Amino acid sequence: MAVDGAGGTDGVGGMDGAGGGFIEVDRVEKVFEVRRKTGFLRRERRQVRAVDGISFGVARGEMVGYIGPNGAGKSTTIKMLTGILTPSGGRLRVAGIDPSRERTRLAQRIGVVFGQRTTLWWDLPLIDSYRLMHRMYRIPDARYRANLDRCVELLELGALLDVPVRQLSLGQRMRGDIAAALLHDPEVLYLDEPTIGLDVVSKAKVRGFLRDLNAERGTTVLLTTHDLQDIEQLCSRVMVIDHGRLVYDGPLAGLHEAGESERTLVVDLERELPPIELPSARVVRVEGPRQWLAFPAGESAAALVARIAAEYPLVDLSVREPDIEAVIGRMYAEKAVS
Amino acid sequence: MAELSEQAEFSGQAGLSGQAGLSGQAGLSGQAGLAGPAAGSRLLDGLRAYRLIAGMWIRSTMAYRASFVMTTFGNFVSSGLDFVAILLMFSRVDALGGYPLPEIALLYGLSNAAFGLADLAIGSMDRLGRRVRDGTLDILLVRPAPVLAQVAADRFALRRLGRVIQGSLVLGWALTRLDVDWTPLKLLLMPVTVVSGCGIFCAVFVAGAAFQFWAQDASEVQNAFTYGGTTLLQYPPTVFGKELVRGVTFILPLAFVNWLPALYVLGRPYPLDLPRWTAFTPPLVAVVCCALAGAAWRVGLRSYRSTGN
Amino acid sequence: MGAGRLYAAVAAGGFRRYATYRTATVAGVFTNTVFGLILVYTYLALWDARPHLGGYDPAQAVTYVWLGQAFLAALAIGGGGVEEELMERIRTGDVAIDLYRPVDLQLWWLAADVGRALFQLVGRGVVPFVFGALFFPVSLPVDPLAWVAFLGTVVLAMLVGFGIRFLVALSAFWLMDGTGVLQMARLAGFFCSGMLLPLNVFPGALGEVVRVLPWSSLLQAPADVLLGHADPLGTYAFQGTWAVALLAAGRLVQLAATRRVVVQGG
Repeated sequence: MAVDGAGGTDGVGGMDGAGGGFIEVDRVEKVFEVRRKTGFLRRERRQVRAVDGISFGVARGEMVGYIGPNGAGKSTTIKMLTGILTPSGGRLRVAGIDPSRERTRLAQRIGVVFGQRTTLWWDLPLIDSYRLMHRMYRIPDARYRANLDRCVELLELGALLDVPVRQLSLGQRMRGDIAAALLHDPEVLYLDEPTIGLDVVSKAKVRGFLRDLNAERGTTVLLTTHDLQDIEQLCSRVMVIDHGRLVYDGPLAGLHEAGESERTLVVDLERELPPIELPSARVVRVEGPRQWLAFPAGESAAALVARIAAEYPLVDLSVREPDIEAVIGRMYAEKAVS
Repeated sequence: MAELSEQAEFSGQAGLSGQAGLSGQAGLSGQAGLAGPAAGSRLLDGLRAYRLIAGMWIRSTMAYRASFVMTTFGNFVSSGLDFVAILLMFSRVDALGGYPLPEIALLYGLSNAAFGLADLAIGSMDRLGRRVRDGTLDILLVRPAPVLAQVAADRFALRRLGRVIQGSLVLGWALTRLDVDWTPLKLLLMPVTVVSGCGIFCAVFVAGAAFQFWAQDASEVQNAFTYGGTTLLQYPPTVFGKELVRGVTFILPLAFVNWLPALYVLGRPYPLDLPRWTAFTPPLVAVVCCALAGAAWRVGLRSYRSTGN
Repeated sequence: MGAGRLYAAVAAGGFRRYATYRTATVAGVFTNTVFGLILVYTYLALWDARPHLGGYDPAQAVTYVWLGQAFLAALAIGGGGVEEELMERIRTGDVAIDLYRPVDLQLWWLAADVGRALFQLVGRGVVPFVFGALFFPVSLPVDPLAWVAFLGTVVLAMLVGFGIRFLVALSAFWLMDGTGVLQMARLAGFFCSGMLLPLNVFPGALGEVVRVLPWSSLLQAPADVLLGHADPLGTYAFQGTWAVALLAAGRLVQLAATRRVVVQGG
């Protein structure tokens, strides 16, 4: 069911329309040579296609979620879009700029927030980091002031400006980082796991801010996340990458139907029993008291679990996803089960 | 994810730190062939970014003022220990390799002042490997400034002035004790030597950092050439084996940092029967070294950007 | 029951951890070799001007240089032992977790440091030493017993080295920022261990003082036994005394520090 090649399923993206493709990605690939230790001195080399011929387009002002399991090629894609990495093949344009060739020119027009790596200065008050951005990006004074005031107000940073960054909480620091990425009015904002590790309140603040930013300023936003709620609340469009290929590109609603493949329910029973018999699932493996049941991914696991719990001595259970869309599937399963 | 195995920092190395220069043009946007005004403005951009970031680090250090005073003093003492060792040697002998103490002090002062300046300017570039490993290099790559300048200014530490001061003091003492017929040319040669020597050491720092794009744990290798180099240059060439002297003249031209100009001033024979005029070539050698190191840096950065880490 | 086994496992873990950093090890071997090379030439010039300086002949002086390079990382003379990690744990407060473990803090870190030291000795020390022995005239004993006696001094040197650095690390309980202390400890280590210049070359009263300080157990004492310059038993007594004194002092400071942590309530 993988959507291969160019464009999205519903024509949202696509290379067509010269003005529409603010971000244009055409059959881009990235091949790494990985050396693995196989012995004390021996190493084996093999090629890894981290990004394997991806194509999509993002129009100005879109807000797109980019998701997939760890190692699927998400951050490699982001690194190519920001000019950090040079693609091995294909064509890439952001605001008409080839990121890898004109990295510094592009840097003036994009904002990047790496969830786990702060760009703020650890031992200095927050405001000092902003002053550095002011000068490094050569932001005109009036614009800097206006942008800073706006960020401070909306992200509630006022009381934090004079606090050394090392004393900020994770959520405060993330808000500080987002502000730092926006002072130079970037046309596109890349966010890598912007809500990871944040408490519920901080998450809500960050999401609300991003929504406003997108609505009021028309800033294009591309975000990677593990949190399905980020997508639900922010993005009209989702792209799913797995094993370096785009396996889904379309509205969030379509994801629910996308899981036509089967999921697996792993149940631990109190003791060894004959295979569980249910109409909606079939046993694919038995190992002692543990049984593996396959069921359609589109169906709720809850009903299945309820039936098993009612009829069998259930000790523990978990839901496993098929290989593709493993992460999205898992996110849904977590919601269903928890 | 196979490559993730080697994160965590390694603390087993002896040296302190060290690294490199901003000299040549900073290698940026993959457009290696830019010439003329573009390269010039990139150099200016680089210097500007360097100044901004170094300023941030100075302010960061001042957050721990007591520690700053202590480490500056420590830096002064630690570089001075080498000289104490030399003094201890001279408590037992009158000459080393045929050179009396004031002459050794001249070599020592020139070497330490030149290296100290380079260390002060870009001494933290050996952290590049760590930045590659933990992914923070990427943060520098999304900023609108030359990466070399940003890395060079990384962890800028004023405490490294300690070595510069210590080297200058020894140099000053040597100049007053030497029995030399000072001519304007010889006098002029002294500051030129320190600046060129600084340039050569900067090139070593940059090349060492570039090497870490491939070998991220190998920061210690450059200690051999930076700290090792400056130690070597504290002694006269007559002390060392011919092969070693050849190596530091023709392969890694450390001999141009202080040996040749100092021997000219002292009227001593040159190593390897080099012609007298080579004493005046250090500026040229520094420029060539910096250009080569800049090229190595560009190749390294390009490799990083095509392979990730 | 398994206390011995536990600490052996900790030591093995320390060994393995450092064995992981292969590139860094190769880089260290290279750097130690280069520094050894530079030092050897300066020592040869020194002994050329003054044969029999400090009672060594040139071959013995050369041996001393390469022994120093072999010991530098293993005994963490210039820093780089477990003390930095311990200090970091104290600074961040993680040490409180260690204190609640049913193991002894000092023994735990000693075991980890011994494991590290053994790896550094084998991984980083042997190659520069062999390089030196192959390319320069050295003076090594032929009697296996002399080597055994030498190994005894190495073990004691490890204990003394750890004893010093454990005290340094514990200072973090009282000081906010340990950079300065670490730096001073390194300088003292370099200077007083004889890493820069053999202690028996130090003149007059200065020489007499540094030779009785604990740091002389690290390099000078083992070197003198290896070079047949000192009586092994007397050396053991000297090193052993310092080891016991330092480890006992470490224990006392640890007690005071623990009380402090408990009082502060974590």
